Amino acid sequence: MKVLVPVKRVIDYNVRPRVKPDGSGVDLANVKMSMNPFDEIAVEEAIRLRDKGAASEIVAVSIGPAKAQETLRTSLAMGADRAILVQSDDEVEPLAVAKILKAIADEEQPGMVLMGKQAIDDDSNQTGQMLAALWGRPQGTFASKVEVNGETVSVTREVDGGLETVSLKLPAVVTTDLRLNEPRYASLPNIMKAKSKPLATKTPADYGVDTAPRLKVTNVSEPPVRQAGVKVGSVDELVAKLKALGVA
Amino acid sequence: MKTLVLVEHDNQHFKDATLATVTAAAKLGEVHLLVAGKACRAVADAAARIAGVRKVHLADDAAYEHQLAENIAPLVAQLMAEHDAFLAPATTTGKNVAPRVAALLDVMQISDVIAVEGDRTFKRPIYAGNAIATVESSDAKLVATVRGTAFEKAAAEGGSATIEEVSGPGDAGLSRFVGLEAEASERPELASAKVIVSGGRALKDAATFEQLIVPLADKLGAAVGASRAAVDAGYVPNDYQVGQTGKIVAPQVYIAIGISGAIQHLAGMKDSKVIVAINKDEDAPIFQVADIGLVGDLFQIVPELTEKL
Repeated sequence: MKVLVPVKRVIDYNVRPRVKPDGSGVDLANVKMSMNPFDEIAVEEAIRLRDKGAASEIVAVSIGPAKAQETLRTSLAMGADRAILVQSDDEVEPLAVAKILKAIADEEQPGMVLMGKQAIDDDSNQTGQMLAALWGRPQGTFASKVEVNGETVSVTREVDGGLETVSLKLPAVVTTDLRLNEPRYASLPNIMKAKSKPLATKTPADYGVDTAPRLKVTNVSEPPVRQAGVKVGSVDELVAKLKALGVA
Repeated sequence: MKTLVLVEHDNQHFKDATLATVTAAAKLGEVHLLVAGKACRAVADAAARIAGVRKVHLADDAAYEHQLAENIAPLVAQLMAEHDAFLAPATTTGKNVAPRVAALLDVMQISDVIAVEGDRTFKRPIYAGNAIATVESSDAKLVATVRGTAFEKAAAEGGSATIEEVSGPGDAGLSRFVGLEAEASERPELASAKVIVSGGRALKDAATFEQLIVPLADKLGAAVGASRAAVDAGYVPNDYQVGQTGKIVAPQVYIAIGISGAIQHLAGMKDSKVIVAINKDEDAPIFQVADIGLVGDLFQIVPELTEKL
């Protein structure tokens, strides 16, 4: 079974984003960029499926600027076999990303698409579900456990009420949650080896997808700032404050 | 604008998140609800009494019992022929179903709406709530998920909507529900609790978390939450997690114990009315958002606090 793993280049999760003063967006100039953490988990899971014999080939895909190549190289260094960059300098919305991935799925015929449940920049949490709809396949979102059993995959999902398990017919889309695994670091030899792994470059037009945005972002602003309050010196003072709030 | 709202329920009762979504929908115009489930007539009856609701669509079919997105999404897409907008609560159910609906309708979804600015204009948080984007949709239909803590709950009583039975395509034959592992708890739910006591990695282990956090929560009638670090370390189950990728909460009082205040955690609780922080590190970022802070050893403070309350 071939596994397709879409990965996104995003602001590093340790960096605090700064809103541009003119309200046009978040300042990404000279900011450290990394692979979306949920996508790293997806790459790791694909490698583990291959180690178990459930997956045969891992194809990483990224839709983004030329620099998204770095993100693809990271996935190759972790263990993906080859990569496809669909280059676009404009922001591509989840719906258009899903359409591109659907076209790639038609071409590559994967048994599973494994991807992050959300990107930590736009926090949309949509692409996997949209791809599953367009592809006409089932979806196992927010996965904390993935087990392939022949023609089906059992996915344990992190839901509000606890852990839900569903059984999906393959091919299927699985989106990863935080506790699925702990991604490996690429070793230096593997980083060197990744440089010679195949990476194809395409454009959205190659897949016949119009990436014109449907949503217009008219303004990006700072959230209201919370002021720090007071520090109390003892438990008794804290109890008094809580009582004043009517809590105790 | 005619808006269809997905009612979140367990086939017996609807969840509170539905009421906040009704409030958001009412800002767009006429509100209709969809109750899809199995033997869920009681839910439809209760939902018909929610203030401001015009009509309840009831789809009663075994295929809808567990809210499988593969089965629910085509039903919603079918009902959208006679609605202009579809709103779902931004819960794990809503987040699972809504994008599947959006793609079927060729619509770009607006996730996690925190304010309705106009018919097609909404505010939503991005970058873990470190920025707020105002977005305007150009799609023919609207699909959005609604953050429950950002809207007042609609009154659960006072309405008298009509109930109309509908049927959809049923079982898509792609997926099957196997089971739900849920922890039975007498405590209030995180999403709707008035007070939350939350613990972080400093709690050391599962037993200590249980010994320190739980009695305090019980004394206050509070829900129990946790930081990602505490969940990752196995102190408590995943559904306790508050943060960017866990639950978004906004109780009257949020008590953070041994939580340093990573931006991902703050994203889930900084809209709480009053934040109380107990931490031994006086420079911990949690104190920058806390209304009341107490610096010190939580292993001494928490038992003393529990006793004195």
